[in-house]
Amino acid sequence: MSTREAILGKLRAAASVSTDDAARREAVEKRLAKTPRGLIPARGQVDGEERVALFCRMAEAVTATVERVKKSDDVPKAVTHYLRSKNLAPSVRMGDDRRLKRMDWASQKSLEVKLGRADPADEVGVSHAFAAVAETGTVALPSGKDNPTTVNFVPDHHIIVIDAKDIAGDLETVISRLRRKYGRGDMPRLLNLITGPSRSGDIEQTMLLGAHGPRALHLIVVDE
Amino acid sequence: MEIQSPQFKQKARKAIADEQLQRAMGKAKIGFVGKRKKAVDALPEFDDLRSSARAIKDHTLEHLDLYLEAYERKVIASGGRVHWAETAEDARQAVLDICRAAGARTVTKGKSMITEEIALNDFLEKEGVRPVETDLGEYIIQLRGEHPSHIIGPALHLNKEQVEEDFRRVHTELPSGRDLSQPESLLGEARQILRPQYFQADVGITGANFLVAETGTSIIVTNEGNGDLTQTLPRVHIVVASIEKVVPTLEDASQILRVLARSATGQDMSVYTTLSTGPRRPDDPDGPDEYHVILLDNGRSSMLGTEFHEMLRCIRCGACMNHCPVYHAVGGHAYGWVYPGPMGSVLTPSLVGVDKAGHLPNASTFCGRCESVCPMQIPLPRMMRNWREREFERGLNPAAQRFGLGFWAFFARRPGLYRLATSMAIPTLSGLAGRRRWFRSLPFAGGWTRHRDLPAPESRTFMQQWRDRETLKQGGTSA
Repeated sequence: MSTREAILGKLRAAASVSTDDAARREAVEKRLAKTPRGLIPARGQVDGEERVALFCRMAEAVTATVERVKKSDDVPKAVTHYLRSKNLAPSVRMGDDRRLKRMDWASQKSLEVKLGRADPADEVGVSHAFAAVAETGTVALPSGKDNPTTVNFVPDHHIIVIDAKDIAGDLETVISRLRRKYGRGDMPRLLNLITGPSRSGDIEQTMLLGAHGPRALHLIVVDE
Repeated sequence: MEIQSPQFKQKARKAIADEQLQRAMGKAKIGFVGKRKKAVDALPEFDDLRSSARAIKDHTLEHLDLYLEAYERKVIASGGRVHWAETAEDARQAVLDICRAAGARTVTKGKSMITEEIALNDFLEKEGVRPVETDLGEYIIQLRGEHPSHIIGPALHLNKEQVEEDFRRVHTELPSGRDLSQPESLLGEARQILRPQYFQADVGITGANFLVAETGTSIIVTNEGNGDLTQTLPRVHIVVASIEKVVPTLEDASQILRVLARSATGQDMSVYTTLSTGPRRPDDPDGPDEYHVILLDNGRSSMLGTEFHEMLRCIRCGACMNHCPVYHAVGGHAYGWVYPGPMGSVLTPSLVGVDKAGHLPNASTFCGRCESVCPMQIPLPRMMRNWREREFERGLNPAAQRFGLGFWAFFARRPGLYRLATSMAIPTLSGLAGRRRWFRSLPFAGGWTRHRDLPAPESRTFMQQWRDRETLKQGGTSA
């Protein structure tokens, strides 16, 4: 008997004491097919501008910096402005995201835009969010060539562009959108849910920013 | 890791006399409690979410075999591999086989209690594979050759001066005159030292907070980002997880996430919640080529359906130890194995046997704070009592204690005799105490009076006083 069978056998022996197997199988299939939502807290259940404002507030509470721009064309300028304010070299790393590519980066003279996965020399990464969660100030980034995972973790500064219309009240809504995009039961290789910049409280419980991931997280919310 | 739980009493005594430890624990007990309370108070639905989270795990445990099979199917469908391990040894061997096949010399590790449970680091080192812990706390204790003293804050028992000393001892390539007096500089140094390791490692090992049956996804919840670098940069990602980590759906994981971080660190969400499903896809510019999951039982299947079944709901948040007066007093190392605090006192005997877990189920005042803060509503005090009963049944507690309990039980089972004995003993003790009303010392009560005074009893027994009260109520006169 394989190890797998030995373990499953023990679990079955412990479980089948009370219920028969057909009913158990049905219960499992039903739950996996229906994916019922649990209790959703009231906090995130607000609409429109109120929801965007809640997202910004929650993100700032976890020490992300947030700025709002009117249209996506304003993003390259906002990025340049951020680099200057932090005394960073005019160079950013980003993936193949179409929304980012449509922006007029050439308008920012002397700004270098490097494409592809991040390497240790990169100081600033730029990503475009799939969605965000107002309840907790969380940003959702699936992996792929559009937004490589290394861009989220390797550079010291991470800038994430978020379309205001993609801000959901709760994580469950983001999960539903993922299912629509990737198919039921399927996921991108990686989904990063990011809530603030990297931190550690491992030395005397003092929360310090910039443990191993980005030291700073800057969110640009596009209103249009 | 060698089980030292039978030495709990000696270790506890040493811990109480350890000034460094007491200083560190003094900070620990204030921080966690206040942060959790603030986060919980800010979410009116918190208690209902606890019940919801509990119901999800109860449902999952009832159907654990089926959800594991469903999970396995999805992992395979997404290009990953599943390795079943019945024992710690099976799991270690499975990890080593994967490392060997990958030609690995160095593995980076995200924070994982399960790899502590199977003592993976020592084993890999012996086999010529160098494990590098990348979580700041884990990195510090790896330098010290220690084990975690807390399940979410491995270096909770240390002060920053001790960390500075270790960094100076080990990072000899850095200038000796550097300033390491602040936690910021220590964190910066660890970041600088560990950065290249992620890029050099051949294999990255993480644990899992959840496994999702619906999608074959493993989830880690972290603050530092080290777990993400660990699983993104090397060619091979190994997830080591125990079988009770599975939940049915993404919605179920989301529900439990709402109570996890709040109970652990008082955050609404931890910084990085990362959902991994299989290896790199054809289009992916980064990510591992291989994705393996080691599914470990190591005694958990034997808890299912027993009086310790509910312990399998545990999500390892650490709230029970953060609120435990015994843990505050002695720290995590006194417990002598991987899991300290109330959850450890229940889990350790379940996993290694009550004969080896010694005094752990007795390391409790039964104040009940652990159960009241547990996000999964696990009846920890009840289960510690169950262990004490088993310990007594099997004759594992010390002779003096057994004799004392037996002596008391003899009288307790004979109410007439009990009343007679107490009606003689109580006035005698009361008389002996005189007008001071307390004892500084008393024969057979040295364990108590060495550290505090013993209050003297009233001159009449409870039963006598009760009878008087009832007589008075019925309009009679006091005897």
